Amino acid sequence: MLIERYIYLAIALFCIGIVGVLARRNAIIIFMCIELMLNAVNLLLVAFSKMHHVAGVAKSASAGIDGQLFVFFIMVVAAAEVSVGLAIIVMMYRNTHSVDVNFLNRLKH
Amino acid sequence: MNNVLQLVWLVPFFPLVGFLINGLFRKQLSKSLISIIGSGMVLASFVVSVLLFTEVKNGNTHVANLFDFISFGSLSIPFAFQIDQLSSLFLLIITGVGFLIHVYSAAYMHEERNDHFGRYFCYLNLFVFSMLLLVLGANYVIMFIGWEGVGLCSYLLIGYWFKNTEYNNAAKKAFIMNRIGDLGFLIAIFWLIAKLGTVTYTTPEGTGVFDVFNKLTRTDYIGITLLLFVGATGKSAQLPLYTWLPDAMAGPTPVSALIHAATMVTAGIYMIARSNILYTMAPETQSVVAAIGLATALFAATIAIKQNDIKKVLAYSTVSQLGYMFLGLGVGAYTGAVFHVMTHAFFKALLFLGAGSVIHAMHHEQDIRNMGGLKKHLPVTHLTFLIGCIAIAGIPPFSGFFSKDEILAAAFAKDHLYYYLGVAGALMTAFYMFRLYATTFLGKFRGTEEQKHHLHESPAAMTIPLIVLAILSIAGGFIGMPEVFNMGEHKLEHFLAPIFEASASYKEVPHLDHETEYMLMGISVGVAVLAILVALFRYSKKPEVHEPAGFGKVLADKWYIDELYQFIIVKPMQWFARFLNNIIEKNFIDWLINGVGRTVNYTSRQVRLLQSGLVGNYVLLMVLSMLALFVVKFFLKK
Repeated sequence: MLIERYIYLAIALFCIGIVGVLARRNAIIIFMCIELMLNAVNLLLVAFSKMHHVAGVAKSASAGIDGQLFVFFIMVVAAAEVSVGLAIIVMMYRNTHSVDVNFLNRLKH
Repeated sequence: MNNVLQLVWLVPFFPLVGFLINGLFRKQLSKSLISIIGSGMVLASFVVSVLLFTEVKNGNTHVANLFDFISFGSLSIPFAFQIDQLSSLFLLIITGVGFLIHVYSAAYMHEERNDHFGRYFCYLNLFVFSMLLLVLGANYVIMFIGWEGVGLCSYLLIGYWFKNTEYNNAAKKAFIMNRIGDLGFLIAIFWLIAKLGTVTYTTPEGTGVFDVFNKLTRTDYIGITLLLFVGATGKSAQLPLYTWLPDAMAGPTPVSALIHAATMVTAGIYMIARSNILYTMAPETQSVVAAIGLATALFAATIAIKQNDIKKVLAYSTVSQLGYMFLGLGVGAYTGAVFHVMTHAFFKALLFLGAGSVIHAMHHEQDIRNMGGLKKHLPVTHLTFLIGCIAIAGIPPFSGFFSKDEILAAAFAKDHLYYYLGVAGALMTAFYMFRLYATTFLGKFRGTEEQKHHLHESPAAMTIPLIVLAILSIAGGFIGMPEVFNMGEHKLEHFLAPIFEASASYKEVPHLDHETEYMLMGISVGVAVLAILVALFRYSKKPEVHEPAGFGKVLADKWYIDELYQFIIVKPMQWFARFLNNIIEKNFIDWLINGVGRTVNYTSRQVRLLQSGLVGNYVLLMVLSMLALFVVKFFLKK
């Protein structure tokens, strides 16, 4: 198994996420890009976890398994985040009738 | 045996209570109640002082530790009172003369408004309290507290009529002049702490300042004593810091009598007499003290000859007499100096109160050229004033003769020159006092018709203190009768011997044989009588009413010392202050402060641009920062 391939894919996904957050103004797209970055990290965690497991399975049956545990935590947190984030976007739409973040340049309405 | 001496704290306690009552309730209490409280408290102190004195006379002394005042590290300064021969004598002078002056004040100040009357007595009691603290303190720090306290009260009372700008200036002058001296005193205290680690006079374990009198180096002794003397020149109005005392006459006359003649100005003499061991160890300083004292005595006497303000004459006379006391201290005649403090307190308080009586009768006229012929209008004042004049002129058997003669005899034993100059001063003293007497009381009345119409003898509350002080001025000298008269030993010297014991054992004061002493007395009395006769002859018939000219004008204008100080100290100070204000402040300090303000303003305006409110910018900045951190973390930092 070549770990480099997973790393390249994760970097690519992460960079797409960053560029999306930086370049786009639609809040929903930005949100999706953030998810993309989280998943890039998840992918890396799983990949390294598998790698360590293969390397250490002779000593212990559960070697490298904690990386995959982290992924579950991140997915739970991301799900919670999605609910809050979407609620914010809904409120934002109610106030500005748009999901363009550049309209949010005032502290009060 | 010590149960009486433990009451020592009562002595300053009574005036403090009087100060608080009169100060806090001055608007509620009536004038008579205020004066009863004010005088009564001092009388109570006097009674306690007499009790203490009788106990001390039996040879008992006591140091009463009230509480720890300052205590850290190895330094411990207790709030303690020391009652011994020297302090008990001063207690009697302060409370005794103080009480008489309080009584006198009640009548003299009667025209004042009620709350001002209360303010006056409250200051006066505070003064007595501070003075007692000064005298009773068992270490230099307590003495210094009292020392500052009397300075404050002096300021408050000189500026008592605070609506008059000139009086306020006189008060400020007195305070500032005193502060200059106080700085010397303060440095001396620090010096003592640095070298000895204590400021207590004497302890039973022998660790006090006076107990370890050979532990310091020569430089230390000279430095400390000179600095203490600087303090004394400020408080006791010696050259070059004397100019505040004549101006201090702006205060009410009883204040001049109490503070600026009888008690406060003698604080310097008390301090040096208290520190006599230190001075004995520093003969160089003693010479300085003697020289300054003598110079002041002569200098002030020359000025007094040409003054026309009745209080100014007495003020310069006080400066001159204080000079004599310092001469006495300088030549090692500590007893003589303390003796002169006592007799001077009697006759100078008497003269000031007499002058107050005259001013009262003349409706606040102080110029002696407008007086004259008051003899028949003010018989009691006249007689007591005459007694005071004779006493200060040094005619036996009045008190001034004995004390002044003792100082002059000691000066003769030290150096003949001191003696001759001293006698010259005594000559001038007799001359100007009788010039004052003759111009005021003899001849024809020269005031206005209205003044003449209102001339009256003062009430009993004013004349009784005069009479008591007159009796003291006559009889006060007998306790210091020299041995020559074969009437037993010198009582005061015997009484004070324990205080000056160590000095005496270190350096014997030379004694004169009886023939010399008689001769010296003869000379000084002869000179004084001559001066008196000349003054009476010259001024009783046709007094000096014209403005003086020539050298007389120089004397009348006080040798232009005030102008000199104005020119060499005040003017450069003002110039320097203007320089700092106009140049340094405007161009440098303001520039610096405004510069800081402008920098902050500019920076904030630039930084504010970052906060655009655009989410994209924030995210970009965040990403860039993270990249930067990443680069630093993994590539730059090894």
